[in-house]
Amino acid sequence: MAHALADDQYGLASPPRREPVLEVRDLSVEYVLETGIVGAVDKVSFDLGPGEFLAIVGESGCGKSTLLFAITQLLNPPAEVSAGSVAFHGRNLVQLTERELAAVRWKDMSVVMQSAMNALNPVQSVGAQFKDAMRAHGTRSKEEIQDRSVEVLKMVGIDPVHLKSYPHQLSGGMRQRSMIAMAMLFTPELIIMDEPTSALDVVAQRSLMAQIKDLQQELGFAVIFVTHDMSLVRHFSDRLMVMYAGQVSEVGPTQQLFDDPHHPYTVGLMDAFPSIRGPRVPLTGIPGSPPDLARPPAGCRFAPRCPKVMSRCEANPPPEYQVDGTSVRCFLYDSAGGSQ
Amino acid sequence: MTELQTPRGIELPGPGQEPLLRVERMSRHFKIGNAMSQRTLHAVDDMSFTVGEREIVAIAGESGSGKSTVARVLAKIYKPTSGEAYFQGKPLSAIRSRQARLHYTGLVPMVFQDPFASINPVFRVSHGVMRALKLHRPELTSEQRLTEAVRVFDAVGLNPGAEVLQRYPHELSGGQRQRVGFAQALAMRSKLILADEPVSMLDVSIRIGLLNLMTQLRDEQGVSILYITHDIASARYVADRLIVMYAGQIAEQGPVEEVLASPKHPYTQLLLSAVPDPRADLNVGAETDRGEPPRVINPTPGCRFRWRCPLAIDVCHSVTPELVELAPGHAAACHVAQSGAEVKAF
Repeated sequence: MAHALADDQYGLASPPRREPVLEVRDLSVEYVLETGIVGAVDKVSFDLGPGEFLAIVGESGCGKSTLLFAITQLLNPPAEVSAGSVAFHGRNLVQLTERELAAVRWKDMSVVMQSAMNALNPVQSVGAQFKDAMRAHGTRSKEEIQDRSVEVLKMVGIDPVHLKSYPHQLSGGMRQRSMIAMAMLFTPELIIMDEPTSALDVVAQRSLMAQIKDLQQELGFAVIFVTHDMSLVRHFSDRLMVMYAGQVSEVGPTQQLFDDPHHPYTVGLMDAFPSIRGPRVPLTGIPGSPPDLARPPAGCRFAPRCPKVMSRCEANPPPEYQVDGTSVRCFLYDSAGGSQ
Repeated sequence: MTELQTPRGIELPGPGQEPLLRVERMSRHFKIGNAMSQRTLHAVDDMSFTVGEREIVAIAGESGSGKSTVARVLAKIYKPTSGEAYFQGKPLSAIRSRQARLHYTGLVPMVFQDPFASINPVFRVSHGVMRALKLHRPELTSEQRLTEAVRVFDAVGLNPGAEVLQRYPHELSGGQRQRVGFAQALAMRSKLILADEPVSMLDVSIRIGLLNLMTQLRDEQGVSILYITHDIASARYVADRLIVMYAGQIAEQGPVEEVLASPKHPYTQLLLSAVPDPRADLNVGAETDRGEPPRVINPTPGCRFRWRCPLAIDVCHSVTPELVELAPGHAAACHVAQSGAEVKAF
């Protein structure tokens, strides 16, 4: 295997773990503003198994990026975790100190941000930035740093001569790839990606997605992939989580969600994608816009835009119902299954 | 200057049916590097196309393909390096005086990509549209201006117009702000709206509303739209005709459904195969393509797609392909397609 590592220094040879890598429980994030409290993430819970690919989709302002920052403990005031826990191998990240977090970050869990141009340091070569990250985690030997840098760059399909290149000398796709290479320096168990392909063209986007999937299957890390473009993850993620106004509206196996979406919001999202194949069907989109989270609707947060709204939706927030292996926050499924 | 020659395959309107906009062999180059540098970036090279009355033409291409430069030349932000564009039969280069310019930009306004940056945040949204009316239609009284502002706001779906006019930009959503952009364009009684990626910063669920608005403006207000986009799937839902650009040139153009159903240029095929489609199975055909579009600096003759093209033949390396009509109204700049061979690259 071309990318096989020489030893188990990076944690590859350890036996696969059965318990979840990440357990998120009732995680809530609030922005405490002078004008009031904005609940950006409201009681989100999920487990992530080893090597699992979870996609989180939603519109801007649905809380998907805030959730991601809460998981990685990268929130800045006025945002703060108001309740809940994030357990990474049983350790609650919410209660760790900065120093303890620093040891976990990058080594066990790394993040690929949306815009590689802003995430990479423009005045340092790619190689120097790799070196920084490795030194920060205690790798001292020059050879080791060099060898590992070359290795990860090759993994993402970039010629190692680019270790000497500066970010502006690379194309958008290559910058994003070198960010992914950097995230893999220590072969972490979890890589979190925040719209890594949104600045790329469709051709580069598809080839990057295919590469992420290849690497993931080869190295076995788990992925949380945040995106606004549902069609992008259709063929790559194991599980799909649809967020709306800070809450999980539906979560289940990707394939199943696409074949048979339950929540009216998921259905609306699916119908909003223009397709270039097949018959040209008129598109409707979803009328209206997401609610102001400083004053969320009393009942279901999607009720004001929902085509299937019922009187009870406006009065009470729906719980999550289990339907055919997916979990749906919608009263339409009240009779179909028990509440969670 | 020698007579401008019409490239083969571009349908010329007969006498008396001059299209709304006719672009003839237009190029726009940029000098890059320092003053001594001989390097020239060919952002747009030798482009010819037309936009008719009540027609939406989409220009699709990847970033760096020159599609926005086309819009900026047509908005008279840039001067073309060579070639000419004719609006209602009159050359753009003849528009020089402030008055003529104002008149032209009123007829051919631009709607920008970023709805958060294109509206002044310290004024109510009425400010922009009232100012546009004052500048471009000075004959109106202030009451007439207000009536007109309400009318265009209602027309773009910002109801009730009178109330929305009094809001500040931060009180509007992204989709609503982009509608303000179209309302301003309408207020000037424009004929052709240059829409540069108007929906790319909006959410999927909002996007459809804007796309539908564009077709509605064409059908109800009779405007034409040049829709610049990287999202070829959205072009399908609004455009009558599609122009696919690659590295500053037109790779293929034709009626939108026909180009999508039977793309003739290998690049169009690559682009179409890469569009994620939740309803289709994963297309792995072009998985091996790792190429990226070139930056066109001091180009030598030859097809600009040849490095990424699996079908490239000798002639592709030495002769730049011309845009040739292969079916009625459907033209491609590809030697292989023009030789009559079936093109199935991706």
